[in-house]
Amino acid sequence: MIIYLLCFILFLVGLYGVLTKRNLIKIILSLSIMEYSANLFLVLFGYKRDALFPILEKGKEIQSMVDPLPQALVLTSIVIELGITAMLVALAVRLYQKYKTFDITKIRRLSG
Amino acid sequence: MKQSDGMTVIVKTITRMSVWLIILYGIYIILHGHLTPGGGFAGGVIIALAFLNVMLAYGRKYTEQWLNVRIMYDLVSTGAILFLIIGIFGIALKGSFLANILDLGELFKLESAGVIPIIDIFIGVIVSMGLFVMVWTLAVFHLEDGGEE
Amino acid sequence: MIVDTWVIFILGIMIIGSIAAIEQKEMLSAIITVGIVGLGTSLIFLFLQAPDLAIVQFLFEIFAIIILVRAFIKPDYHKSEPSIMNKIVTVLTVLVLVAILFCSIDMLKALPEFGNPSMETSKYYVDNANAAKETHSANIVTSIILDYRAYDTLGEATVLFTAILGTITILRIKTKKRKSEEAIE
Repeated sequence: MIIYLLCFILFLVGLYGVLTKRNLIKIILSLSIMEYSANLFLVLFGYKRDALFPILEKGKEIQSMVDPLPQALVLTSIVIELGITAMLVALAVRLYQKYKTFDITKIRRLSG
Repeated sequence: MKQSDGMTVIVKTITRMSVWLIILYGIYIILHGHLTPGGGFAGGVIIALAFLNVMLAYGRKYTEQWLNVRIMYDLVSTGAILFLIIGIFGIALKGSFLANILDLGELFKLESAGVIPIIDIFIGVIVSMGLFVMVWTLAVFHLEDGGEE
Repeated sequence: MIVDTWVIFILGIMIIGSIAAIEQKEMLSAIITVGIVGLGTSLIFLFLQAPDLAIVQFLFEIFAIIILVRAFIKPDYHKSEPSIMNKIVTVLTVLVLVAILFCSIDMLKALPEFGNPSMETSKYYVDNANAAKETHSANIVTSIILDYRAYDTLGEATVLFTAILGTITILRIKTKKRKSEEAIE
């Protein structure tokens, strides 16, 4: 319970950064913090006490294993995160080239 | 520009010695994805990091001579298409999309698990080439007309 | 129980690190401080018996830091003066988020206890290592992502491909246009 709570606090810290910061880079960093905590939450669900990683080894009898399904889902999600981060970076660099600033309030003002 | 000339001699020498070892390690991780931790995603990122290492150490011009970046753009699409074709072969031979069409082999052997290592290789190609092409595009853009105007 | 202690300890460090990263004035320090959060995630994956994820998370953290540092390091990028309006918004946001946190405690109590997953879906894969027997792949995570749920992986590859295309498109169109303008001039 306390572990879930801490993980949720991490998510809220990221949300705080997205909502209050005006610098585009800070927003990208906060988004990645939110992504980490979401992945962590999924894997925390699958942990089983005194169980081993879900990989068989030669000459070892089968023991109880942790839940492999959240791990498989998170494995694909981490890759997509990196693609999205790179795309956001490309957008931010583009915006800087046009508006000469990373401040989102000024970007909005200039475009309107 | 100093950035396009690369870093010092020490960094260049170490990079020249280690880059093939890193690529070999990435290939090992990809091929053993069904026996040990790792697989297409992890191995692909290791290979992309090796190319990135060369780009950071030697600069953009040298990397352009050493690697053919145009082929990398094509390899990304090729990997994705081959993945799809394997899925369609599954329909033709076993009746369902992405079915395991090859012989399963023996557990704990390298050439086991049928179609899994092959898909792993394709995913490794997509991830490694794709991520490197991404960073390459960012770097080229930044050097050509980043903050000027 | 030692796993609980370690996970709580690392999560505490990650929360402190993320607050430091968000409130940091210097951009380079902020980017590097986010590395704490990513590497902490990797460590926790290792404690939760997920070596696959630990490797991938570690490598991706390095990659993300390289991309961010390479793209954003220029001294004259970041000048912003805080306004009174911004402070009011910050205080309001913190209040709302704390309220959300207190309201969500009941929700978190309803979840299954840490260390006792329900495992209804994946029971079949793990019991007697059915997944390994059916696909002959010793790594059960790989057998799930590439055999049972290969369709997911195909979708993931498509999304990654689209992200690559998006990056190239965003960075290219304007450059071509500017080149043609230069040619006209």
